[in-house]
Amino acid sequence: MIAAPGTEPTTAASGAGRTEPILAVDGLRKTFGRGRKEAVAVDGISFELHEGGSLGIVGESGSGKTTTARMLIGLEQPTAGRILVDGSDLTRPARRIKDLRARGRLIQIVFQDPYTSLDRRQKVGDCLGEVVRLHFGLSGSALNGRVRELGELVGLQERQLRALPRELSGGQRQRVAIARALAAEPKILILDEAVSALDVSIQAQILNLLADIREQRGVSYVFISHDLAVIRQITDTAIVMRHGQVVEQGQTANVLDSPQDPYTRLLRDSVPHAGWQPGTVK
Amino acid sequence: MSALLEVDGLSVQLPVAGEFRTVLQDVSFSLEAGQTLGLVGESGSGKSMTVRSIARLLPPGARTTGSIRFDGASVLDLRGDALRKFRSRDVSMIFQDPRAHTNPVRKIGDFLTEAMRINGKVPPREAERRAVELLAEVGIHDGERRLKQFPHELSGGLLQRVMIAASLAVKPRLILADEPTTALDVTTQSEVMAILARLQREYGMAMLFITHDLELAAAVCDRTVVMYAGAMVEHQDSSRLHTDPLHPYSAALMQARPEIDRRVPRLPAIPGHPTSAFEAPDGCAFAPRCRFAEDACRAALPPLESMGDAAYSRCRRAAELRGHLLATAEHSGGLGDGAGVGDSAGLEEEVAR
Repeated sequence: MIAAPGTEPTTAASGAGRTEPILAVDGLRKTFGRGRKEAVAVDGISFELHEGGSLGIVGESGSGKTTTARMLIGLEQPTAGRILVDGSDLTRPARRIKDLRARGRLIQIVFQDPYTSLDRRQKVGDCLGEVVRLHFGLSGSALNGRVRELGELVGLQERQLRALPRELSGGQRQRVAIARALAAEPKILILDEAVSALDVSIQAQILNLLADIREQRGVSYVFISHDLAVIRQITDTAIVMRHGQVVEQGQTANVLDSPQDPYTRLLRDSVPHAGWQPGTVK
Repeated sequence: MSALLEVDGLSVQLPVAGEFRTVLQDVSFSLEAGQTLGLVGESGSGKSMTVRSIARLLPPGARTTGSIRFDGASVLDLRGDALRKFRSRDVSMIFQDPRAHTNPVRKIGDFLTEAMRINGKVPPREAERRAVELLAEVGIHDGERRLKQFPHELSGGLLQRVMIAASLAVKPRLILADEPTTALDVTTQSEVMAILARLQREYGMAMLFITHDLELAAAVCDRTVVMYAGAMVEHQDSSRLHTDPLHPYSAALMQARPEIDRRVPRLPAIPGHPTSAFEAPDGCAFAPRCRFAEDACRAALPPLESMGDAAYSRCRRAAELRGHLLATAEHSGGLGDGAGVGDSAGLEEEVAR
């Protein structure tokens, strides 16, 4: 499966008529420890994401949103529940290399801090090339061409592809992390607080870039953030998590404009705005 | 009423790899007792350096010019006991990450009573009693139990309250708060800000509040300074900053931020990336990213000029652009040349490199 330039299938359009969601999570649960020390991180959550869609997961620290992400990419094994991606059961983390790679072509993740999630001794072009070679067996000029193409997709020039992570700005490093995740051509991209550490002016650039990529590639997003304004801009549907449970879900605009759950209202009212009186929102 | 804190023409250079690099240039403002001044900006803007200069916490070898006066005394000339008294009694700092500023192997009680025992020569029992009172003031009502706990046993929000309690122990006259709520959840941020506001009112403390969040600055600060590449680009009333920004950077920063109650097809991103003072080109440091920049903007750094009503801008075109800065690129009526603004998403960061 070699993606030649310009022949990318427009999955967003072709998938529009499908009723099967690309991601279906059912009764997902994760506990750590046992007996009296048992802590429930994720407490039986269910949600769906349609192909080409963008789902926001909102919540504060300890709400279980990152544990959910870790189960989706197979870093944690769920205690109960089911994860279906494009019809395949991905509930259990892959053990064999073959299964790991298959999973990598379905779902990828971008973390908050691109500096700690990139190898600081590897040139970023080599980092992208490694993923392409692993998943598609490309080499030589075909490999280089694909790396250049990935660079173009996220706005990195050849000079930057030859650089080490520390030679790039925070925004450029996050572009590398996005390109690396897209190199495996996954159906689903998980973005775990992927723009939270960026300066406001750079955050806007990356949010625009992510919107373009979704439109061009039809990749679906699971966008995890504590920032409601970012969720409003980048997602279509959203779930609000608290103490491992989903307290509210629906169209992002509805959830944020007319929150039904008191916790969602509290979250919304806690965001500083004109005439805001801190601490009076309880 | 004369100001509690007066910073005048402050410039700072730091030695990096054998040469001096400018990190702050020509910073001037004043702050009165009971008031809050916001310092807003992105990476490298110099907001933390400003606060560090005031607390005399600059790295060794730093070269400082200009003046900082606290209650009439020159802070830059303080030495020995006077400096110690200034840092321990007059000003307190609250940092972004409370975990990085507490000793993980010492209990909360040790942390809170240390200053009282050493600086105030308060007996241990008495210090503990006061620590419990301080915790109650920041909304922690089971103080006795908390004193026996270690930092890792407390959540980020609780630990930040402990930090605030510690900084209040000496009833300082000036609080330097460096992104004190950035690492906290929004609901916790709201509680912590409420506590700070109440204590400030009760004690009449002045506060210098660093944040990257313009909305938060507008909500909690009387006046706001917007910084870019080590210099102040705008200084005015927080409430007016949002409706009548006086510098293209402040306006662009506000527009680039997504909004909670609407989604736009494209965010008006600022091309390029924030620069530090020493990387900045000649002339206006923001010019390479500014949609209103002209050739003259690149020639010399404009001075911070008064725009009336105690409002200041460091933009050559401030008077001409006033009232037009929040218009979108298409509607700016020919004021901006609009070259490559916002739409060339992919290569935006390239512009400034």
